[in-house]
Amino acid sequence: MDLKTKALLKSIWVFHVSCGSCNNCDIEILDCLTPRFDLERFGIQLVGSVRHADALLITGAMNRKSVPRMKKIYAQAPKPCVVIAVGQCALSRHMFRYSYNVCEPLDKILPVDLYIPGCPPRPEAMIDGIVKLVNKVRGNK
Amino acid sequence: MKALFYYLIFPGFLFSAVAGLLSSWVERKVTARIQWRVGPPWYQNFLDLIKLSGKETIIPKQARATFLLAPYLGLFSLVLAATILGLALFTPQQSFTGDLIVVVYLLVIPAICAIIGASSSRNPLASVGAAREMKLVLGYELPFVLSIATVIVKTHGGIRLGDILAFQMNFNSLFFSFSGALAFIAALLCCQAKLGLAPFEVAEAEQEIMAGTVIEYSGSALAAFKLTKAILLYTMPVLLILFFLGKDISPIFSLAKYIIILVVFILIKNTNPRLRIDQAVRFFWGPVTAIAGLALILALLGL
Ligand code: SF4
Repeated sequence: MDLKTKALLKSIWVFHVSCGSCNNCDIEILDCLTPRFDLERFGIQLVGSVRHADALLITGAMNRKSVPRMKKIYAQAPKPCVVIAVGQCALSRHMFRYSYNVCEPLDKILPVDLYIPGCPPRPEAMIDGIVKLVNKVRGNK
Repeated sequence: MKALFYYLIFPGFLFSAVAGLLSSWVERKVTARIQWRVGPPWYQNFLDLIKLSGKETIIPKQARATFLLAPYLGLFSLVLAATILGLALFTPQQSFTGDLIVVVYLLVIPAICAIIGASSSRNPLASVGAAREMKLVLGYELPFVLSIATVIVKTHGGIRLGDILAFQMNFNSLFFSFSGALAFIAALLCCQAKLGLAPFEVAEAEQEIMAGTVIEYSGSALAAFKLTKAILLYTMPVLLILFFLGKDISPIFSLAKYIIILVVFILIKNTNPRLRIDQAVRFFWGPVTAIAGLALILALLGL
């Protein structure tokens, strides 16, 4: 593993995309940055522009309006960029499954690297998921 | 050859980059401690830069050629300013006549480059950021130049950094006179705005206009902007030390003064909400210009 990948794993900048979530997942994401969890310890930051992102954090059930926009956002992100699906909605459409307006689960639309289930997932679960992803890239179990 | 060494290694690019990145770590760490968090490790900013240089640099389809030129031009001129200031601090005899004016000019270029880069990216939010940055520059340049004029008047026309330092070594730091103290306060606030720290971070308001001027930048161009910011964070306290606190510039004292000024910047940043752009301009053209003007008048009266 070269230096740049090593640096990438220790400085993940996250861009938060909400594709029609009920806002609970988004609040839990913000919780990760509070003093109790403090993800900045590990170099993880929330950024305002998708051009700065290393990871897209996607929440919510994809609806017909948000899918094309989300694809655009993914295309705008500089690669390498991982996609993280947060919450049951993004994973499987959850209770909105039979809604007229909801299309496919996220992994049929974008290549998802990490699934974090829960409704909403606790901040611990998100941190745990990111640690697993980092370990996987590092190549140890 | 020697000039190249000064420019690239010490006290130019390499030294000021390392000092600047460490200073911005101090900034992040102190901010984290104020918010009761732990904060990042000391090498975090270095990692950020290495990571950014490894990422893809996206150039928007409609961007102009200046899009990629601007960040490097800003970095280049800022390093030049940092070299001149560093040389004046470490070897005061080396400075040349008029370097004060050169530094004042060079320090505006990073802001201008941010404006040029933002407007050539053709992003509407970036153009909002550019417009705000431009107004902010117009706002803080007047009191900044006035307070520097105070320094020149106090040191009997010293437009050489070495002369200013020599004057302060012979008599006393300018900070310990009425006019000097007032000019110091005005200059400190202007530097806060030059650094783009809260309450004057209107041009890069992360929550409103999503990083504003740098919104379209990614990869190594963004790294150049981040590095410019970091070096600016090292340059500004050095500038203030040279102008106002130059009585004793032995390494230990310089470092102590440097850290105190840096922490003052950080405390102002963390205890103030962001101003709107009109409030910021009014603030600089009202109270701050009044303070700086008063300092100049007092200096002309010899106080
Ligand atoms: S997973 Fe639950 S909390 Fe998250 S957006 Fe869906 S319904 Fe809301």
